[in-house]
Amino acid sequence: MKIGVLALQGAFREHCWMMEACGAEAAEIRKPDQLEDIQGLIIPGGESTTIGKLLIDWGLMAKIQKRAAQGMAIYGTCAGMILLAKDIIGSDQPRLGLMDTRVQRNAYGRQCESFEADLFVKEFGEEPVRAVFIRAPYIEQAGPEVQVLAEVEGKIVIARQAKFLATAFHPELTNDKRIHQYFLQMIQE
Amino acid sequence: MQQGTFRVKAGLAEMLKGGVIMDVTTPEQAKIAEQAGACAVMALERVPADIRAAGGVARMADPGIVESIMAAVTIPVMAKARIGHFVEAQILEAIGADYIDESEVLTPADDKFHINKHQFKVPFVCGAKNLGEALRRIGEGAAMIRTKGEPGTGNVIEAVKHIRMVMSEIRLLQNLPEEEVAGFAKNIAAPLELVLETKKLGRLPVVNFAAGGIATPADAALMMQLGCDGIFVGSGIFKSGDPVKRAKAIVSATTYYNDPKVLAEISKDLGEPMVGIEIGTIPQHERMQERGW
Repeated sequence: MKIGVLALQGAFREHCWMMEACGAEAAEIRKPDQLEDIQGLIIPGGESTTIGKLLIDWGLMAKIQKRAAQGMAIYGTCAGMILLAKDIIGSDQPRLGLMDTRVQRNAYGRQCESFEADLFVKEFGEEPVRAVFIRAPYIEQAGPEVQVLAEVEGKIVIARQAKFLATAFHPELTNDKRIHQYFLQMIQE
Repeated sequence: MQQGTFRVKAGLAEMLKGGVIMDVTTPEQAKIAEQAGACAVMALERVPADIRAAGGVARMADPGIVESIMAAVTIPVMAKARIGHFVEAQILEAIGADYIDESEVLTPADDKFHINKHQFKVPFVCGAKNLGEALRRIGEGAAMIRTKGEPGTGNVIEAVKHIRMVMSEIRLLQNLPEEEVAGFAKNIAAPLELVLETKKLGRLPVVNFAAGGIATPADAALMMQLGCDGIFVGSGIFKSGDPVKRAKAIVSATTYYNDPKVLAEISKDLGEPMVGIEIGTIPQHERMQERGW
């Protein structure tokens, strides 16, 4: 299986390593034509304003939306969760708008408030997920088609809507492959 | 829930990779940088070129200036403290700066020791000319490294020298038999466990950016092709003829650093770059890269 990792800015290298560790082929995506032959796309953490701007400037935004409409699966971490959301609180920045979610950016505060914590996720078994939140967003509100997989203090930090998956934290900064494997399973469903 | 872990500190640097961090001195400049696609800004009272021109003792910026820039943008805001000046760092942490640059651009406050960066919740970035210096800084708790280059010159040669040195030392280290590693660590005056980790990874254990003299999109792409993870641009943007256009072009060059056709396109019609300084004309004692131990 060939998975594209959006490589405009951010922690795309780690997602490529993760995909390879899961037995998939990883391809860095910087140009629209590179989206043609991939089965899924990962939008990494980074700065959502930077990535959103480059998505428009280099013609990727419309092409990703088109491929998504054709059924391409997308997984967004952190900035990726923001770019997938329909509604970004207090911001008119560019976005893909594919998930029926309302997202708060920098929801936990500045870098000094960044944290890591154990997260219990039913889908991933009894072993907790070590979740690393870096100037992270959360989903404040989600539409009826959005499935909530995990919450922290009442705010959604893992969500799925059909072929789209979003996490507020960074599994690619740990050795835990379960969320990436879950994404690969989603593609095959 | 744990805050201020090394993973959280180094993690923010991982998120900045492939991006451009721009020096700004006002909220207006910060907004221009954000709109141009900067992944973070460095809040300063003066850019390095002006610090160099002004002479005298350069200190941490007025915290009020840093706060006004923090209020103006949603991207991370960094600020500089003097080498060894842990109280300046405490002040910057107290106002909520996202990253502290313990920087040779400012006049050092300690002639022997850098800040003990492990004691802070806020992460630090430090400059390095070679592998030993980079690993000493990481040993003190730095979660991100950048080349020193020669700040405020618009001349990329020193930054090139520094990234080449780090990369070539890492290649050398990777080829050493185990029994020679301790001697290597001793020679470069670096902690052995970090030398071993670098050997295993084949790269620095933290993100390594380019800084100190980057003035054009081609400069940014050069540093990326030489192995840097991202770019700091100090004076290069707001000392140029058309800051908005140049800022955007350097952001794109950092993403498309391997694509000469794109680089050609974005390098057109950028207006005047900042005026550069030949390194040989700067007396040894005025070279900022010599600061730090």
